[in-house]
Amino acid sequence: MNTWPCTQSGSTANACRLSPVTRLVAAVIFVCVLALLPRMAWPAYALAAIMLLLIALLSGVNHARLAKRILLLEPFVLGVSILSLFQPGGLYIFLALLTKSTLCLSCMVFLSETTPFSDIFSALRLLKAPDLLVTTLALMHRYLFLLIEEMRRIQRARKSRTFSNRRSLIWHSLASIIAQLFVRTSERAERIYMAMCARGFNLKGQGQAQ
Amino acid sequence: MHIPDGFIDGKTAVVAAAVSVVGLSTALARLRATLPPRRVPLIGLTAAFIFAAQMLNFPVAGGTSGHLVGAVLAAVLLGPGAAVLVMSSVLILQCFMFADGGVTALGANMFNMALIAPVAGYGVYALVLHIAGQNLRARLFAVAFASWCSTVAASIGCAGQLALSGAVEWHVALPTMVNIHMLIGIGEAFITTLVIAAIARVRPELLSESSRQDFKAGFGEMAVYGLLVSIGLAAFVAPFACKWPDGLEKAAAVLGFGGKAAEQPVFPSPFPDYHFPGFGNERLSMAVIGAAGTLTAFILAYALARFLTPEERR
Repeated sequence: MNTWPCTQSGSTANACRLSPVTRLVAAVIFVCVLALLPRMAWPAYALAAIMLLLIALLSGVNHARLAKRILLLEPFVLGVSILSLFQPGGLYIFLALLTKSTLCLSCMVFLSETTPFSDIFSALRLLKAPDLLVTTLALMHRYLFLLIEEMRRIQRARKSRTFSNRRSLIWHSLASIIAQLFVRTSERAERIYMAMCARGFNLKGQGQAQ
Repeated sequence: MHIPDGFIDGKTAVVAAAVSVVGLSTALARLRATLPPRRVPLIGLTAAFIFAAQMLNFPVAGGTSGHLVGAVLAAVLLGPGAAVLVMSSVLILQCFMFADGGVTALGANMFNMALIAPVAGYGVYALVLHIAGQNLRARLFAVAFASWCSTVAASIGCAGQLALSGAVEWHVALPTMVNIHMLIGIGEAFITTLVIAAIARVRPELLSESSRQDFKAGFGEMAVYGLLVSIGLAAFVAPFACKWPDGLEKAAAVLGFGGKAAEQPVFPSPFPDYHFPGFGNERLSMAVIGAAGTLTAFILAYALARFLTPEERR
């Protein structure tokens, strides 16, 4: 997964003038309507495609990046659509599914390209999502890239000390990388908790932290 | 197993989303009531950890590569309730940040990977531990078998949703999904077991009872999850599976052993020249493949656990 979301790169784009909540809600509605259309609604697909193209052209985001991310995710769509080929009349169903799914995918990639995930938190808070869920998502988003970086470091260290390419060894070293990552993760969680307490963390309704 | 947008139709999306939301709310409510605040960061970080671990590709036969799903890993490390929250968070982030898995399919994906996978996996894990004991070998055996079962169970849910949406016919979706995931499940079981074994080697206290005390799920909570999984599966799979008795009865009548059906062996010999009406034959072969797969996974899981825990290290 090489789709690093340098979402800030599009922050000067026109699309970013709308509030994130509007963008999120609009994208979700667009995708829902599209997904729930009857399967062979070709004119509607064409309309949706034109709308998406217009928005992408006018918004001023990086088109090459956008196309690259869509192409990177396309294999997953293809993988599921291929299942539909193995049935009577499968080709039409396959084409329709592929088109519909690609359009929805483009819309979501466009959303994630223009909207940093932190804006989605504020939208979630506004929509009164439970605290624990938002806290979990926020912590996850904050530490994800740190952990990935840490994982790459462990991997690099392992690689520079391993001289064999035996398959069983690869599995063992992968497992120990993941295990090591979890050990470090749980230690980091302890430290983060102390730091959070020092800054007055209090999950609403759960009483004061000790 | 991430279903993109466009494959799931309205009714399936609504049912799946409703069941997943109820499951997630139950997990959230239970965790709010019982979890010490000290453990809150660990849940968020474990979600990030699972996401990171999913990015590591491991080599599978034939030059392809697979990656971990991690539902059983999360359930074994943090208990089923926290695993439901962790996996849901991972899926939500993947959906909105990486456009991996559709918005309308989010409920379906959450049902498969954040409800069935951890709950079925944890159920099998607890059951095997109950029977086989608590030592390390039994635990690794339980982890291996539970990971395989959870992957296959999730793929059945996925096949049901695709079939109910009319994207793929049931008799295509079920065998394809299940057969592929019986193989993928072996990889998942292998890597999960190796990870748990490695954690047990370097930091056994992370797996000890005392550290998991905070995350313990009560019987009531497990019952709620089990009920939700059953409701979901009943909605997605039962419409197809309930044709089964008809087909069997018809086959029995055609073959003229209607009255003696109960005395027939469970494993009937194949009739090479005979055309079974309906899907009888296909269903039969599916059941045989499923049973053989489960048995193989069970034996492989035991062999792996034995291999990883030589006698003296028990």
